[in-house]
Amino acid sequence: MSGMLNLFTDPNLQWILIGSMLLGLSTGVIGTFAYLRKQSLIGDTLAHAALPGICIAFMLTGVKSVGYFMIGAIVAGMIATVGISWITRHSRIKQDAAMGIVLSVFFGLGIVLLTQIQHSSYGNQSGLDKFLFGQAASMTASDVYTMTGVAVLLIVACALLFKEFKLISFDSGYARGLGFSVTALEQLLLWLVTVAVVVGIQAVGVVLVAALLITPAVSARYWTDRLGVMTVLSGLFGALSGAIGTWISAGTDQLPTGPLSVLTASALFVASVLFGPRRGIVAKIVRRYSAKKEWAAENGAESLPESKTGSSVKDREVSA
Amino acid sequence: MSGFWIMVTGALVASCCGILGCFLILRRMALVGDAISHSVLPGIVIAFLVSGSRDSVFMLFGAAIIGFVTVFLIQLFQNSGVQGDASIGVVFTSLFAAGVLLISLNASQVDLDLDCVLYGEIAYVHWNQLMINGVEVGPKAVWLLGITLFLIVAVIGLFYKQFKLCAFDPALAAAIGIPVALFHYVLMGLVSMATVSSFESVGAILVVGLLIVPPATAYLLTDRLGTMIGLSLVIGVISSIAGYYTAAVLDASIAGCMVCVAGVLFLLAFLFSPSHGLVVRKLRQRASTAREAY
Repeated sequence: MSGMLNLFTDPNLQWILIGSMLLGLSTGVIGTFAYLRKQSLIGDTLAHAALPGICIAFMLTGVKSVGYFMIGAIVAGMIATVGISWITRHSRIKQDAAMGIVLSVFFGLGIVLLTQIQHSSYGNQSGLDKFLFGQAASMTASDVYTMTGVAVLLIVACALLFKEFKLISFDSGYARGLGFSVTALEQLLLWLVTVAVVVGIQAVGVVLVAALLITPAVSARYWTDRLGVMTVLSGLFGALSGAIGTWISAGTDQLPTGPLSVLTASALFVASVLFGPRRGIVAKIVRRYSAKKEWAAENGAESLPESKTGSSVKDREVSA
Repeated sequence: MSGFWIMVTGALVASCCGILGCFLILRRMALVGDAISHSVLPGIVIAFLVSGSRDSVFMLFGAAIIGFVTVFLIQLFQNSGVQGDASIGVVFTSLFAAGVLLISLNASQVDLDLDCVLYGEIAYVHWNQLMINGVEVGPKAVWLLGITLFLIVAVIGLFYKQFKLCAFDPALAAAIGIPVALFHYVLMGLVSMATVSSFESVGAILVVGLLIVPPATAYLLTDRLGTMIGLSLVIGVISSIAGYYTAAVLDASIAGCMVCVAGVLFLLAFLFSPSHGLVVRKLRQRASTAREAY
């Protein structure tokens, strides 16, 4: 338990805390747009697509440097985003399948390259996997500086291009009509996501970085109908889950920060689904109940069974 | 002999995934396979902790249960209004995080290798032989996948019309009295089964690759569902055989090479498909503008 209090005094833990919060904040903000553009799983795709980039960076430089790995991962991620847009634009394949294709082919290529590295004389490659599985607990001051830079970059970019991103999230046809270069904006947004994902991989690993993008954004969607509020809320949810994850992790010996942050975000998500003011399950039940009562009061008690069957038919439709 | 069994395993995985992938792509749920293959982690860990053995039967059982839980949760959130892709993402990352936590909580007892669980090695398939009365009757994985394939073919074959209608027009299917939700769960159950029985021997990434890439390639080549399934099977089997030989030449990961070959085939179809290919469409466009100019 003492670890939890140490959080405010131990400088090492403070770095991790600041790093996780900044990471959650920036991925939460950028994830809002990915969610609204129905590209929630782009984080998963880009995280997997980073592998060949990391391998090539290692093969070219021969050093295990996080800086080179990040450049390689970002370049690979950017190529992957171009590939996804290309496939969806020039064929009838839908976005989800395009993401799946890019994800698996890039990762397959990455595994081929990884085995090549293992079988050749590049020496010890163990650091490569570590980069992929993420180690938030080993975050240092320099990592936090990188994250601060990235967070500032992402938030400033989102603030400056807020109107444009809003347009392409809701009505890209209208944006095109107004004369915006929708393709360029979409690509820019995807590249910003790539940067966020690559920084996130380092902290929480390939699989869990997807959660940092999606979960806060989906949770925020339950509380508001305004994009500005949703973006801010999503950033706050991200930062909060990062902070709570670090806090719990500091209190125990062996629990890693990344999964704890993700589970905190999931808990926030479940709470939002249940208690969101208008879309939440509880609010819906209350609304249905009061509507039923109103209906009964208006039409007398005998028509109640009818309204019951009506609602169950509707339920079936929704579930179908 | 090992090469033969590896190719048989690859071809079986490709067949299982090729059939189901067609329906997933049409229903725009391509990434469900990816989600299931990741979220089975806690199931494997729990099975390991409960049984205390690394016997694949227990692990398979645990993985299968969690696979169904994943499918159920995705559907639950979707019904309560969460966007489909987001619901997939939230569920599988949460389950995976829970799995990682379980591993680190019991780090002293669990010597499960994360990479090994998720990125199984197809090259070792023939080491794990099934023994009946002391006679080797082929690798366990081949039997398991064979049974899975048989089940998939039987279910899809029996209810082909219903699955087809649900894939293209769920509203019409519901209107004429087909239990759409039931067929959805049956399809997802089959995907979960295929994923779980494949990933132990070939790794999650090959499952995801073969579930999406060959059906997507076939989708670019034809407009008929029956033909699409057939083509997807052929493409999957070609990828696994060609992938094996490529891996032998390059001395690289077999599963990785199989996915890469599938990717190359997809690229070829993307560019040169007679009906939907990029190059062909461009040529046709040019020809028609030239005709108009006359």
